[in-house]
Amino acid sequence: MEAALGSISRHRLFWPFLTLALLLAANAIFNPGFWQLQWRDGHLYGNVIDILNRAAPLALVALGMTLVIATRGIDISVGAVVAIAAAVAALMIGGELVVKNGVQTQVSRFPMGLAIVAALAVAALCGLWNGLLVAKVGMQPIIATLILMVAGRGVAQLLTGGQIITVYYAPYFFLGNGFLFGLPFAVFIAAAVWGLLHLLMTRTALGLFIQSIGINPAAARVAGLHERLITVCVYVFCGFAAGVAGLVISSNVKSADGNNAGMLMELDAILAVTLGGTALTGGRFSLAGSVFGALIIQTLTSTIYSIGVPPEINMVVKAAVVFVVMLLQSAEFRAALRALVVRPAAGGAP
Amino acid sequence: MRRIDPRFVPLLGTIAVFALTAGYGSVAYTGFFSAQVFLNLLIDNAFLCIVGVGMTFVILSGGIDLSVGSVIALTTMVSAELVEHRHWSAAQAIPLVLAIGTAFGALMGWLIQRFRLQPFIVTLAGMFLARGLCYLISIDSISITDATYTAIAQARVPVPGTGASITVGAIVALSTLAVGIWLAQVTEFGRTVYAIGGNEASAVLMGLPVPRTTVLVYTFSGFCSALAGVVFTFYMLSGYGLHAVGMELDAIAAVVIGGTLLSGGVGFVAGTLFGVLILGIIQTLIAFDGSLSSWWTRIVIGALLFVFCLLQRAFEARRR
Repeated sequence: MEAALGSISRHRLFWPFLTLALLLAANAIFNPGFWQLQWRDGHLYGNVIDILNRAAPLALVALGMTLVIATRGIDISVGAVVAIAAAVAALMIGGELVVKNGVQTQVSRFPMGLAIVAALAVAALCGLWNGLLVAKVGMQPIIATLILMVAGRGVAQLLTGGQIITVYYAPYFFLGNGFLFGLPFAVFIAAAVWGLLHLLMTRTALGLFIQSIGINPAAARVAGLHERLITVCVYVFCGFAAGVAGLVISSNVKSADGNNAGMLMELDAILAVTLGGTALTGGRFSLAGSVFGALIIQTLTSTIYSIGVPPEINMVVKAAVVFVVMLLQSAEFRAALRALVVRPAAGGAP
Repeated sequence: MRRIDPRFVPLLGTIAVFALTAGYGSVAYTGFFSAQVFLNLLIDNAFLCIVGVGMTFVILSGGIDLSVGSVIALTTMVSAELVEHRHWSAAQAIPLVLAIGTAFGALMGWLIQRFRLQPFIVTLAGMFLARGLCYLISIDSISITDATYTAIAQARVPVPGTGASITVGAIVALSTLAVGIWLAQVTEFGRTVYAIGGNEASAVLMGLPVPRTTVLVYTFSGFCSALAGVVFTFYMLSGYGLHAVGMELDAIAAVVIGGTLLSGGVGFVAGTLFGVLILGIIQTLIAFDGSLSSWWTRIVIGALLFVFCLLQRAFEARRR
């Protein structure tokens, strides 16, 4: 029994899962209606569904961020990329109500498929830029992506003209507001991306390659890995994932806001990755953990709203969570804690 | 001709960029070339300069401090709350907020040093915490009507020989800069910071007080942020949780453009002044032009960052 418990608690998903479970349990206690699900208008309604829907964009960004962090990098430009992708999509779709033969139809500026592909291509291009700066030029990841974080926000504002662009094209709203089999469509997008990554990482050697780059880039190169190519690809994927998140967000709010879309999202994504048990020092990573991390952050936010605490406290709670998690991840802290617990119990014995 | 010490090349590059931008502005726009326009660069960016000095030390030691913007916001908020709602005098409030900022920096430095945590994530948490604390005080902006604060905010000190004047904030900024240069170039603390940034393990082996210095670096940055917050309070005459959002990025950009290598160990505090002035002059140019929108500032700063980082890489590659 004890051995089984020990092995469970050592599983890398144990702590993220426990945190989420505790949060959900606390919710159920403080808010009796929390777990209630209703079937209305052909899909499920409820707090949990809401959390899933809202966590989807963050989970997408966190998935991309996980791979970047696994290679010992960091991408702080994802928030700006979210804003750029949203702006491109909203600009290309635009949309207006046209009366054709007495029937009101919504017309988009470009075909929606083309707009989505273009937005994702631009996002991937942003990732490519980051990746080239990191892998080819050899800049530190934080500074390489800082460039795009600063300039990218400006580009997004340039695209939107500093305004909020509203989209008037109903089919586009499906991405962020639609339902499939009774569940939000965004959840399926996030799940699909996770599934694809999971297969890539476990069924091919790519996961191992990424880990080895994170553990020791020089050794990975000597071992014959195309270290730079893989690093570039990881950043491209991170940009792409941020682009998908940007589409979901802009579809959800039916507009694109160059000034505020994806603001501080990079921090939430890094937090989600850290909460999921991926160390910022690179190497071992957990995709599922990052999804848990995103769910934890969203549940925390929802909890704070639902139990009537002013939402302003959200940031203080988040800060406290980050402090606790990073201390628990620190070997020095655990050693200090152990010394504190063990020494009095051992008495004078050596 | 004596060859220029390669250490000074990035700094000279920064000064050259500033001179070129200033020269371009003077030729292109009438009224640009005046003492007041240049002094305004210092007045409008006094807080950025102060934060930049603290950030320079952090980056020289090989770390990073993302909390500076939110510590500024917290300082304005606490000052406004104490002065407006609790009726403290400026002489009581200012030392207290300086102490809060310093303690905040010291705590983060201690966590980073004692538990070997990444500066990035510790100061990120510090950023959340300080912003959150602002909102705990109030979610609205508190304007300051206190007589001392408004008097200091409006005070102008004439600069002899130019007919122009500067604010108290700008004087504080210049003094901080002078102290920063002195700390970096003359004291044991400064030399240890350079040594840690160059190679921490070697610094430990040399017997330098690495743990103490690491904590002190973040403490100093915290103090600078609080001081910048005080100057920012004078500048805005209000406390608000959304003050100085993203200031940490501007500060990092100013330090990098000022020629300090992000890998640590190389750079000058004086370079940061020119980094700040370049950021300021870009904004002034865009304001003078009138036809360009404000977001061009961000794009140009991004482009400048890119160019300077490329130059840094080339510089590092040649040094090796």
